[in-house]
Amino acid sequence: MKDRACIVGVGATRYGKRGELFDENPVAQIREALDAALDDAGLTRRDVDGFATYSVEKLDPSVLAPALGIPAVNYSSMVHGGGGGGTCGAVANAAAAVIAGQADVVMVYKFITQPPHARFGAAYGSAQVAADPLSDFHRPFGLISPAQFFSLLFRRHMHRYGTTPLHLAEVAVSTRRNAMRNPKALKREPLTVEQHQAARMIADPFRLFDCCQETDGGAVLLVTSAERARDLKQKPVYVMAAAMGGDSLWGQGLTSQNQPEDLYVSAGHAHMAKRLYAQAGITPDDVDVALLYDHFTGMVILQLEDYGFCKRGEGGDLVASGAIRWPDGRLPVNTHGGNLSEVYLLGLTHAIEAVRQLRGEAVNQVPDAEIALVTAGPSNLPSSSMLLRR
Amino acid sequence: MTMLADLASIAPDATTAPFWDACRRRELRLQRCSDCGAFRQPPSPGCPHCGSARGDWPLLSGRGTVFSFTIVHHAAVPPLAADVPYNVVVIELDDAPGARLISNVLDVAPDDVSVGMRVDLAWDETPDGVVLPRFRRVTAER
Ligand SMILES: [Zn+2]
Repeated sequence: MKDRACIVGVGATRYGKRGELFDENPVAQIREALDAALDDAGLTRRDVDGFATYSVEKLDPSVLAPALGIPAVNYSSMVHGGGGGGTCGAVANAAAAVIAGQADVVMVYKFITQPPHARFGAAYGSAQVAADPLSDFHRPFGLISPAQFFSLLFRRHMHRYGTTPLHLAEVAVSTRRNAMRNPKALKREPLTVEQHQAARMIADPFRLFDCCQETDGGAVLLVTSAERARDLKQKPVYVMAAAMGGDSLWGQGLTSQNQPEDLYVSAGHAHMAKRLYAQAGITPDDVDVALLYDHFTGMVILQLEDYGFCKRGEGGDLVASGAIRWPDGRLPVNTHGGNLSEVYLLGLTHAIEAVRQLRGEAVNQVPDAEIALVTAGPSNLPSSSMLLRR
Repeated sequence: MTMLADLASIAPDATTAPFWDACRRRELRLQRCSDCGAFRQPPSPGCPHCGSARGDWPLLSGRGTVFSFTIVHHAAVPPLAADVPYNVVVIELDDAPGARLISNVLDVAPDDVSVGMRVDLAWDETPDGVVLPRFRRVTAER
């Protein structure tokens, strides 16, 4: 796969607070994001012939293709799983499709909005969610929301390695500092360590600012072959490597909490990390900027370990050293403000930010950024991630 | 009143029924591979370690250790407002190595829950007749 497919255009709708875009037509929102991406790439709707998405997307080509004026569909796929685990997997599918010649230009798309009664954070607690054989082992015990699932993993990490809530605060504060300079970010008020530590507890040790926003919006990425990309408007951003999956013993780890201990104190991405670096032929030291899926601050720390930016157990010390801060840290993380402070579009905005960094047009530009790591949400199998280069 | 009564419904299938049937008899049984002896939880048609489809359900003592925990302060849904703060614990059972049970520790203050805390089974029956394996803190080992 290495360097044979490119992201050539990115676009997004306006970003809204949770429920703000609920009355908008989702197809019209996808069209708005698509048109922005096409304009960015110098392509037209007639050039698009493939669809790739994730996270139980209801909008499929039967509705989208006619409404978007796409003449014929040559490819369509969706990555398994809910949540944000499939973001990079959808890009990987798009890249595989154009490399294999199944399609010329694939749009990776997602639009999310939520009615008041169905927020993601309620998860298995919603009255609409019926009991089922697997959730029977966590739901009756009150383990029902993503913040709770991940708090358990992080608690064990704290116990085993001495990681602390101040390490969480550093991730929240550093990410907010980046968002404050990003005009599109929804959370731009200053945030201090003291405010982080005084905020209300959600699921101990995660406090309010350890949990990402839930917001509305949509985004589209356009993927085509490296050959075609060279003739388009923007400098191509190459997919160096992409991975989709994880260790089998991670399995339903988030909801079952039964992965072996070495996996338990991780984000479940170590297996993919090895594959990415091997495919790309690089090491963690070669990564210039990391866009790590930040549904929860603690999972940023665990991903830093999974991707080899420090040893297992040293993620807390790594962030405390200032390593993830823009512009002076050795590995600036979530320069756009992440899910925590920019917007939560199930991870597509992390890919958009990687593209901007590699084109040299980011709000918080990492000087001369050449290689970016993008991860999708740690979750039950499969999750996904990718390395992009300019 | 039972804690978290609003969530106390279950929907077992053929694979998970042996666990819940045992609970109704006040017996804690987890699935163990009949070939390699590894416990697997939740119950599954196949052993992730050796691929065997065979399993048995040994009776466990109910003693265990808290592997991890959280104290839930934010009610994820409005009906749980009366339940917070409550603890959720992940328990390693003494005689089921490699498997963990998600549960709650009864009658303990949030500040008193810790990793490594010893616990013992305490059956909890809901008004609807669902029998859940919950736990109590063990202060002195018998
Ligand atoms: Zn076995």
